[in-house]
Amino acid sequence: MGKVLNWLLPHPFLTALLTIVWTLLQNDLSWGMFVFGLVLGIIIPIGTARWWPDRPHRLAGGRMIVYCIIVIWDIIVANVQVAWIVLTKPNNKMSPAWVVIPLDIRTPEAITILAGTITLTPGTVSADLSDEGHSLLVHALDAPDVDAVRDDIKNRYESRLLEIFK
Amino acid sequence: MTGSVLASIFIAILLVVGAIFTLVAGIGLLKLADPMSRLHAPTKAGTLGIGAFLLASMVHSFAFSDGSFHELLIMAFLFVTAPVSANFIAKVHIHTRASATPPPPLVDDTWSTLEVPPEDQDIDVTQS
Repeated sequence: MGKVLNWLLPHPFLTALLTIVWTLLQNDLSWGMFVFGLVLGIIIPIGTARWWPDRPHRLAGGRMIVYCIIVIWDIIVANVQVAWIVLTKPNNKMSPAWVVIPLDIRTPEAITILAGTITLTPGTVSADLSDEGHSLLVHALDAPDVDAVRDDIKNRYESRLLEIFK
Repeated sequence: MTGSVLASIFIAILLVVGAIFTLVAGIGLLKLADPMSRLHAPTKAGTLGIGAFLLASMVHSFAFSDGSFHELLIMAFLFVTAPVSANFIAKVHIHTRASATPPPPLVDDTWSTLEVPPEDQDIDVTQS
């Protein structure tokens, strides 16, 4: 049973995502379109599974939702802060800085999400990854204390991603 | 009647908020000093500004017609693609030395953008 399910749904999250995106694209909620989206959501992961051999298998869904809510809240709060900095702080009082973050997460998916989160939360842009993928280079718009920015990113986002992608 | 009035007010507030953040993004692009700092303004304030616009569009569609979910998709794709373009612009800034050279990584040898493949290492960059 588990084997059949594994063959039919090699990537349950992708199936769910494709179904939701298809239903949203149709822009009306009807069973026909939902079923068609479900069919697409089953066929496409089966067809593309062999090109994604090291995909993450167990994801903590509940923690993922918590993570999304935290990130959205941070985006809103930090946007206001950055707007305030841009409008009121003179350029010569700003201290832009490079921040180097040593990574504990190893999976490419988790690093991608961390880099995306850092870029979306205002004040920081992820710029580069080290050649072996063990450090992340982040540019901060106004960081008088570089270590605080690094610790904030590590404690707030990376520790949660570490638990999601176990 | 009052429902549609409330919706109109809510839409107007969202549009104003979106316009303010987009304007701040534009001001930041003009005002900030170096290329890496300028990258911050559009990638950030832009997301919240456009998010507010799309939310206004969604509220409008639900209040005055059938309702539409397309905006959720636009938001999702925007949030996925914005960091990628910002990342590439940052890499170009590092590569062309338009910004301060970043400190070396703590764990590995160098940043992947600055890495020179072995067969190119004896090329003299200063001559070209």
